[in-house]
Amino acid sequence: MDSDLSAKAGLKDVMPTAFGYIGVGLAFAIVAHTSGIGPIMVLLMSLIVYAGSAQFVLTSMLLAASPVSAIVASVFLVNARMALMSMTVAPYLKKESLTQNILIGSLLTDETFALSMNKLNVTHRTLRPAWFHAANLGAYLIWAAATVAGDLVGSLIPDAKAFGLDFAVVAMFIGLLYLQMVTDRSRRFSRHLEVAGTVMLLMFVLMRFMPGNTAILVATVLGCLIGMALEHLRKEAPTHD
Amino acid sequence: MTDGKLLVTILLCGLATWLLRVTPFVLVKAARLPKWLLSFLSFVPVAILAAIFAEELLVYHPGAWPTLNVENTLAALPAIVAAIISKSLLVTVVVGVAAMAAVRLLGWG
Repeated sequence: MDSDLSAKAGLKDVMPTAFGYIGVGLAFAIVAHTSGIGPIMVLLMSLIVYAGSAQFVLTSMLLAASPVSAIVASVFLVNARMALMSMTVAPYLKKESLTQNILIGSLLTDETFALSMNKLNVTHRTLRPAWFHAANLGAYLIWAAATVAGDLVGSLIPDAKAFGLDFAVVAMFIGLLYLQMVTDRSRRFSRHLEVAGTVMLLMFVLMRFMPGNTAILVATVLGCLIGMALEHLRKEAPTHD
Repeated sequence: MTDGKLLVTILLCGLATWLLRVTPFVLVKAARLPKWLLSFLSFVPVAILAAIFAEELLVYHPGAWPTLNVENTLAALPAIVAAIISKSLLVTVVVGVAAMAAVRLLGWG
């Protein structure tokens, strides 16, 4: 990743996420297929909801014949972390028009959010709509194509897991997390490691009481607060640093 | 469930998700963020990615402690090493997928 903020660079930067999307898209499509959801509904779901884990939740709740209100509430909770990500990106696009902000926000995902955070570290903390739109649209189209293709061919490859493709998205998050920790030089690596370690420990404790998707939101908020507190304490007593 | 009801469900879920995505952009555009909030937000990228990663390493059991997702954890180790050495997203993903295929082939999961 370099400092180029053109649309072309956006497409180039988003390409590695294609592997993750194809892996998860295929996994999702197989679940949808076995739940009796056809390719057109899968396409609509991917285009309208456009959120990996929420689509899994939606599908499994449909299969369990949950009421619509419960499904919408669960999807809202699973996706609540998106508000945190939007809030984090938005200050860098404050100077752009409201329309640009809404367009970028509409297609923001975990992946393009993390990419933009990585990107900021090599562009002197600037982002441009051209780069963001290209990355967002690239991810959007790959996701739609991967889920529909998966729904069409899913029944033909019953053992897609054997190829390890479903792990692509986890590996991608590992890469994005590590790159974020080494390229965000506003803090030392050890500080980033401290925050990441605290959050992971919190996840273990929280998942005793709530499912993982909810725990992600709570652990992130607590982790940020703890990070703020630690930084504040160190400023108060620099000699103990 | 009929396709009509399914479509309504999809539209409502889409609306809820869209509001979550867009509202912060509109709010930030309209208001000046206080310093403490900016400081809070500066921790979000590492915190949220670490949380997403941790969730993949754990298995949730309602009413009990989570257990380790052994195959994901085993495949994560080479991926972490690949990330450190290559600093490339693509290399990390390819190594991770290959590691997972190997873990399953060897029956370690």
